[in-house]
Amino acid sequence: MTAAPNAPLFHRLVDRSGPTIPFTIDGVPAVAQPGDLLMTAILLNRPALRPFEFADAHRAGFCFMAACQDCWVNLADGRRVRACTTPVENGMAVVIDGGARV
Amino acid sequence: MSDPVVAIVGAGPAGVRAAEALAQAGLRPIVFDEAQRAGGQIYRQPPPGAERPGEDLYGFEAGKAKSVHAVLSDLGERVVYRPRTLVWNVYEQRLDTLTDGGYGEQAFDRLVLATGAMDRVIPFPGWTLPGVFTLGGAQIALKAQGVSIGRRVAFVGAGPLLPLIAHQYAKAGAEVVAVLDVTPFSARARQAAGLLAQPATFAKGLYYTARNALRGGTRASGVRKLRVEGDGRVEALVWTGADGREHRVACDAVGASFGLRSESQLADLAGCRFAFDPVTRQWAPERTTAGRSSRPEVYLAGDGAGIGGADVAELQGRRAALAVLEDIGRAVDASEVARLDAALARQARFRDALEAAYPYPDHLVASIADDEILCRCEGVTAGALRDAVREKGATEVNRVKAFTRIGMGRCQGRVCGHAAAELVALERGCPVSEAGRLRGQPPVKPIPVAGGAA
Amino acid sequence: MSEKLAVDACVVGGGIAGCAAAVALRKAGMTVAVLDRGACGAGASGVNFGGVRQQGRNLHELPLARRSRRIWDTLAATLEQDLEFDVSGHIKLARSEADMAELEQYARDAREYGLELQMLGANRVRSEIPWLGDKVVGASLSPEDGQANPRVVGPAFARLARRLGAEVREHRRVTAARRTERGFAVEAGDLTVESAWLVNSAGVFGGTLASWFGEHAPVEPLMPNMLVTEPLPYFVSRSIGVCGGDVYLRQTGRGNVIFGGGRGWGDAEIARSRPLTDQSLGGMQRTLDLVPALTSAQVIRSWTGIDGQTPDRIPVIGHSSTTPQLVHAFGFSGHGFQLGPVMGEIIAELVTQGRTPTPIEPFAIERFAAEGFAAQTAELTHTEH
Ligand SMILES: Cc1cc2nc3c(=O)[nH]c(=O)nc-3n(C[C@H](O)[C@H](O)[C@H](O)COP(=O)(O)OP(=O)(O)OC[C@H]3O[C@@H](n4cnc5c(N)ncnc54)[C@H](O)[C@@H]3O)c2cc1C
Ligand SMILES: Cc1cc2nc3c(=O)[nH]c(=O)nc-3n(C[C@H](O)[C@H](O)[C@H](O)COP(=O)(O)OP(=O)(O)OC[C@H]3O[C@@H](n4cnc5c(N)ncnc54)[C@H](O)[C@@H]3O)c2cc1C
Ligand code: FES
Repeated sequence: MTAAPNAPLFHRLVDRSGPTIPFTIDGVPAVAQPGDLLMTAILLNRPALRPFEFADAHRAGFCFMAACQDCWVNLADGRRVRACTTPVENGMAVVIDGGARV
Repeated sequence: MSDPVVAIVGAGPAGVRAAEALAQAGLRPIVFDEAQRAGGQIYRQPPPGAERPGEDLYGFEAGKAKSVHAVLSDLGERVVYRPRTLVWNVYEQRLDTLTDGGYGEQAFDRLVLATGAMDRVIPFPGWTLPGVFTLGGAQIALKAQGVSIGRRVAFVGAGPLLPLIAHQYAKAGAEVVAVLDVTPFSARARQAAGLLAQPATFAKGLYYTARNALRGGTRASGVRKLRVEGDGRVEALVWTGADGREHRVACDAVGASFGLRSESQLADLAGCRFAFDPVTRQWAPERTTAGRSSRPEVYLAGDGAGIGGADVAELQGRRAALAVLEDIGRAVDASEVARLDAALARQARFRDALEAAYPYPDHLVASIADDEILCRCEGVTAGALRDAVREKGATEVNRVKAFTRIGMGRCQGRVCGHAAAELVALERGCPVSEAGRLRGQPPVKPIPVAGGAA
Repeated sequence: MSEKLAVDACVVGGGIAGCAAAVALRKAGMTVAVLDRGACGAGASGVNFGGVRQQGRNLHELPLARRSRRIWDTLAATLEQDLEFDVSGHIKLARSEADMAELEQYARDAREYGLELQMLGANRVRSEIPWLGDKVVGASLSPEDGQANPRVVGPAFARLARRLGAEVREHRRVTAARRTERGFAVEAGDLTVESAWLVNSAGVFGGTLASWFGEHAPVEPLMPNMLVTEPLPYFVSRSIGVCGGDVYLRQTGRGNVIFGGGRGWGDAEIARSRPLTDQSLGGMQRTLDLVPALTSAQVIRSWTGIDGQTPDRIPVIGHSSTTPQLVHAFGFSGHGFQLGPVMGEIIAELVTQGRTPTPIEPFAIERFAAEGFAAQTAELTHTEH
């Protein structure tokens, strides 16, 4: 069994109740839960966080503890944020492959 | 005369215990931690909104976690706690900070560095594919976020963290398809006596090992030649077993790392002298049992100056605070000092046995091929490092860095610096202690060009 | 165990100037030893901004810079090393009419030396560099200028010197040198080098070495504070400076934006240097004012290094005024990277022919002895890289 190329990486094992947090990835709507870090929110929907600058490849973070700096992502408003330490916010527009921006 | 300013970097077990002892003595220490909440690595607290019962998060350690978490809030106004604050530089007696994107600074008279550790990484083919995380990363995904890194997860490692994390994943309902130790089981059996110096911990390790055995999936020790396969994401983990045969398991995520390494950049920037520890094969800032560094104003506690684990970190934090108090001329309870020193000596014996139980997997470093990415930030291969040594005369890692960019990227060599030194040593045929150590440079982590004042 | 070497020329200081000299001297058939207290090319030569710039130089330097620029064209082939040399052009920005007048005057003067600069009005600058902030009123462009990776240039010269047969000895700190009957004796720990010629290319240490031979050359340490961002999408197509020199930046082919910001700390005695936070933050703010596009970028590293700076901000190049067969080339005052390659040829010419066709009179060490020297240079306040 291998995952479909675009299937998400993460899987939620512990569900949390509470209002959902809407955000977008390359313009596509997605929802997160309160307490989700951006890395979690993205990887529950996608297999990667960003393209790698120096090769035809993607990266999805590595250490999850603010050490490796592999998880910096672009937001449509121009901000760059470290996904493993940044809480997801209502309306965040994540840009991974520059796809349709809203 | 006003009280000396004591700054503490790190609100893990070491940092909070240091803060507690200083506050009890009537000082008002300032505690910096870049995380949103106190607790450090092992007792990491989920972000607000993702809280869960302590027993689910910390298992056996729930009580200790609770007690560590309570320290700063119980101290209230007696400490100054600065969460979400990265300390990105130490220069003379001043810290440079970044809080929520704003720059600040803090002068200090005494500094306690309790910066903890991260996973030690050894590259293998496929390690930069999406879906490969450190063991620590896999654990944080679960503990802090309640997610698993994949549907079918394989874990590889060298150290007690491996069975622990595998157990935690299995217990949370994830499918753990392989748990592979790159060190031989025989090494652990040999060290059983030393490990029993600390029976609770060793028993815990066995407990997890036993539990894992019951749950299916492949378990193996002494594995070699790891490889992750996949087109754009993890599809399988391949390894050579102790039997010499190649094995493969389909999976969509891998947690892999090989012990821990100290987060010691700030100590470097503070000018602390480093020493090479041949057992863990790492450079660490020198410290006395009391936590004094080579610099009179700088103290070191916890895993940031050599790996000792959480219980040791708490003891070291308290002990370093007492050293600060002694050095600024405050009365300290001599019997407590003696008790702490004796406890730390006991722990040191246990740690030696633990290190010997999980010998450094040098076979993994030796098998790194030329086309493998060594520096994941810059995408530089092991071949480029070998070329710098062989053809360009580089004899140590800083020169390799200058020639190849290894260690020059966003992580500043945290991830690759260790393996780079090992490879330089192998290429030169010299001990790794002669391959140098990447010099720290500010900022220790990325900082924004457009930072306002904090 | 002590060791003795006997060579025609002993080069003290394995920066880009010294290593280039070793190459040129070997090519001229002389036996050569190079001594460096650290690793060759790891001093100022290895940590600089990487600007290969002619525009804006003191006019006296232009003949050297012109000649050096020609060498840069084929240098990668000569050294058998990719130097990441990119003829991106160097653009110098004016933020006031006074700046603009200064640039126009400089362009007229530079033409006398064969350096053609293009004056760009505000609209041209804006169309060429749309992301510049609104403070720019015009600019001057030097299309031939560019940038290179400093970390590899000096070491590549050292390797070539070695391939050509020079004795390159690293981690050898020279503590004494004196005139002997046959030439010089140079002491570096347990190594003694005897040579007919002595080349002083010791960077910030050059003044001290000169003083051993009774010469006066005031050299102060100069530590430009440098910062670099994470790799960003390519947008800074030229190397950029400003009138006044307080902002300069370039983007490497890999995407990192390198920029300067003030001065760091350094101690030449122990060869240690550190960037200074206030200087870094100031440089970040000034660069941001000029380049708002950097708003979301992250700085991943900062550093500095120690160059030797003279009171008049031009180097000391030429024969010693006291000691035959001693040649000086030091004190490049923050802009000797571009000049490095030609310094090798000029030093070799001075050694083998006694003179060089390139005018170097303004760099004579005697100038510091002249009366009124201090007064002439008092108004100099800034340095460009
Ligand atoms: C992923 C992982 C899992 C682990 N699991 C276990 C385990 O199960 N059992 C065990 O005994 N040990 C474990 N360890 C070892 C663990 O490091 C120690 O047990 C314990 O956490 C050490 O405590 P400490 O106070 O020294 O450091 P930490 O708990 O790591 O705390 C250090 C703190 O310093 C902060 N910090 C670091 N640098 C800066 C900076 N520049 N600016 C601001 N803040 C900074 C960090 O944010 C962190 O909160 C684990 C380690 C890791 C990395
Ligand atoms: C941060 C920075 C940015 C710069 N940016 C630019 C730029 O963009 N463009 C440009 O053209 N220039 C720039 N420069 C200037 C340029 O780097 C220097 O002028 C040039 O490299 C000088 O070369 P050098 O060989 O004279 O000196 P160095 O490279 O300093 O070499 C001198 C050598 O002498 C050795 N030495 C010193 N004392 C002894 C001793 N006692 N015994 C043995 N060896 C000794 C040192 O170890 C050193 O390697 C910059 C300089 C710095 C520091
Ligand atoms: S995943 Fe390593 S820093 Fe975010």
